[in-house]
Amino acid sequence: MAMLEIRNLHARVNKQEILKGINLDINAGEVHSLMGPNGSGKSTLAQVLARRETYEVTEGEVLFNGKDLLAMKPEEAACEGLFIAFQYPVEVPGISNSYFLRAALNAQRKYRGEEPIDAIDFIPLLKEKMKLLEMDERFQSRAINEGFSGGEKKRNEIVQMAVLNPSLAILDETDSGLDIDALKIVSQGVNAMRSPDRAIVMVTHYQRLLDYIVPDFVHVLAGGKIVKSGGAELALELEREGYGWIEPALAGAR
Amino acid sequence: MTATNTIEEFANQEYKWGFVTDVEEDRIPRGLNEDIIRLISAKKEEPEFMLEWRLRAFRHWMTLVKADAEPKWAHVTFPQIDYQDIVYYSAPKKKAGAKKSLDEVDPEILEAYSKLGISLNEQKRLQGVAVDAVFDSVSVATTFKAKLAKEGIIFCSFSDAVKEHPELVKKYLGTVVPYSDNFYAALNAAVFSDGSFVYMPKGVRCPMELSTYFRINAADTGQFERTLIIADEGSQVSYLEGCTAPARDENQLHAAVVELVALDNAQIKYSTVQNWYPGDKNGVGGIYNLVTKRGKCAGANSRISWTQVETGSSITWKYPSCILVGDNSVGEFYSVALSNNYQQADTGTKMIHIGKNTRSTIVSKGISAGHGQNTYRGGVKIMKNATGARNYTQCDSLLIGDQCGAHTFPYIEVRNSSARMEHEASTSKVDEDQIFYFRQRGLSAEEAVSMIINGFCKQVFRELPMEFAVEAQKLLSVSLEGSVG
Ligand SMILES: Nc1ncnc2c1ncn2[C@@H]1O[C@H](COP(=O)(O)OP(=O)(O)OP(=O)(O)O)[C@@H](O)[C@H]1O
Ligand SMILES: [Mg+2]
Repeated sequence: MAMLEIRNLHARVNKQEILKGINLDINAGEVHSLMGPNGSGKSTLAQVLARRETYEVTEGEVLFNGKDLLAMKPEEAACEGLFIAFQYPVEVPGISNSYFLRAALNAQRKYRGEEPIDAIDFIPLLKEKMKLLEMDERFQSRAINEGFSGGEKKRNEIVQMAVLNPSLAILDETDSGLDIDALKIVSQGVNAMRSPDRAIVMVTHYQRLLDYIVPDFVHVLAGGKIVKSGGAELALELEREGYGWIEPALAGAR
Repeated sequence: MTATNTIEEFANQEYKWGFVTDVEEDRIPRGLNEDIIRLISAKKEEPEFMLEWRLRAFRHWMTLVKADAEPKWAHVTFPQIDYQDIVYYSAPKKKAGAKKSLDEVDPEILEAYSKLGISLNEQKRLQGVAVDAVFDSVSVATTFKAKLAKEGIIFCSFSDAVKEHPELVKKYLGTVVPYSDNFYAALNAAVFSDGSFVYMPKGVRCPMELSTYFRINAADTGQFERTLIIADEGSQVSYLEGCTAPARDENQLHAAVVELVALDNAQIKYSTVQNWYPGDKNGVGGIYNLVTKRGKCAGANSRISWTQVETGSSITWKYPSCILVGDNSVGEFYSVALSNNYQQADTGTKMIHIGKNTRSTIVSKGISAGHGQNTYRGGVKIMKNATGARNYTQCDSLLIGDQCGAHTFPYIEVRNSSARMEHEASTSKVDEDQIFYFRQRGLSAEEAVSMIINGFCKQVFRELPMEFAVEAQKLLSVSLEGSVG
């Protein structure tokens, strides 16, 4: 049984169909890269999996560790181990990063029947992860993403992922907006989290990221369907040739 | 459940304090005229000076009525109040010859307070909080009176104060809020029924929190309480009031007056958790809360601090203010005001700087949800002789949903060039993206809303006495439950 099994997934937003029959299996321990032109539905897929209500699933099923993911609320999916590093992380004034993250961690621990972690144990954990991502400690007391630069927000998402320790992480264009050094640091952080128990999906447009985090599989999403899948070499091909050469497949998807 | 639904549900939580207590009432006929005022005064067995003051206030109010001088400038709309259609005095009937000891209080009333989470039994009370319980027009019990009296502290109902300490009442009544101050203050002065009275003697720090719990129970009545707190030189007191009322379809009027006087080096901290019935989710019913609260820092180095958490009432018209007369005196105003469903709140403060080096701080947090309208109205005045005066104003609005409104009217008048004024303002919105972000991390929508609201309000909550800060947080989540999007 794969960790995530997506079968014939159709979803729409505002009456417009965006996902038109996605099929994908993801196993624990694997790293997948999801590529495809702007507007093809990559973020939509992530949001649907995260159970955002704006997106209506019209057909298909998704099993996450054997459970019906589509029946879950967003917070249940999260507590079951799904994490999304958002393409556009939101700002929330008035609540510090560390307070928020501890509350989130404790909500997940409670769901799993574990004792809450107190601030005294939590702060060292958070500091360790921030160090891994080379993020200044001062960020922990700042309001969630408020006034963070684009790159800082992305890094903060990965800090959250490192603390929450999900079994399936979907990183939606985490590389965009990162400078060259930050890309290296974030990649190291992600690589450190590769493990036989965890699957990682990276949504990206660029080979650059895949030089640092080499995926096991690459998929091309176009027109709401996965039109091509392959190994790490597929990304290189795309980098060289663009999406034009899979045009016939694309045409089929439309 | 969408985030929007969550916000709505949050907002539509039932008002849990809406029950009615079945007690026999002693009520006077509906309507208002000089005879009614004489009747109220007689019922309260008041000395002559009190009746005269009431009558003067009433005559003044009548001129205001004739001049159509009911304030219209606030950003609230409600139908014209028919002042002749209100019962101005209603009290639970006392057993014959009953003294106001706890054993004499009607068990139904004790029960009502315990339902509200207020135990009037001293042994069972929160350690360190004395309570004056006002039920409709009268104070039914005051706890820890004896213990406080040992320190020379007077804490009693206003009615008792009029009889037992007429010299203090005469000296201070109306010195901060004269009956001529405004329409509602004049009405209150004419008909006020009860309230609390505190006198802090020189140099005494109050060993416990003092609090008054106001409960409207009777139908068609108005509540007009009057509170007077005097902190003599070097004394310190922290006072808290809480309010609830039954859920009824008719609107009810609450027009209170609070006067605070702080002499040299004295400090008064006045906290309010106002939770009058806000009306239902369609805006039917609810209390009109039209209140005049003002403190006078009469002495040098004195300090008056207002903290309010306003979650109830269908209409709120309230501006707890400070007149900073004494040199180096300090005025503070910390406020959280919530308008949900069809609630309208027009609230804020006035800081009048008269003495030298006077300082004031204003922190206002307005939350609007549903169709709520929330207005901050503030006035900072620096008079000619207030050399070195300083004011800091921070005024933040939080919108939940897109049917509600937030408005701010900060007025500033500076007549001394050495004054330093700082003003900060912000408007933010709790949106679905934020809620979803929290949920994706494992928190429920309710937890998300409550964290965001508490984050927004924490600057004010930390000014509240500990036990009440927790209460206020809970109250706010309940008042907002179901409302984010
Ligand atoms: N909430 C929404 N309302 C209307 N249209 C939407 C909404 N969300 C997504 N769409 C549309 O669905 C399509 C897919 O969007 P999506 O964000 O999934 O693309 P993407 O593959 O992530 O693109 P990019 O590479 O630019 O991030 C786009 O045409 C987008 O405009
Ligand atoms: Mg995208």
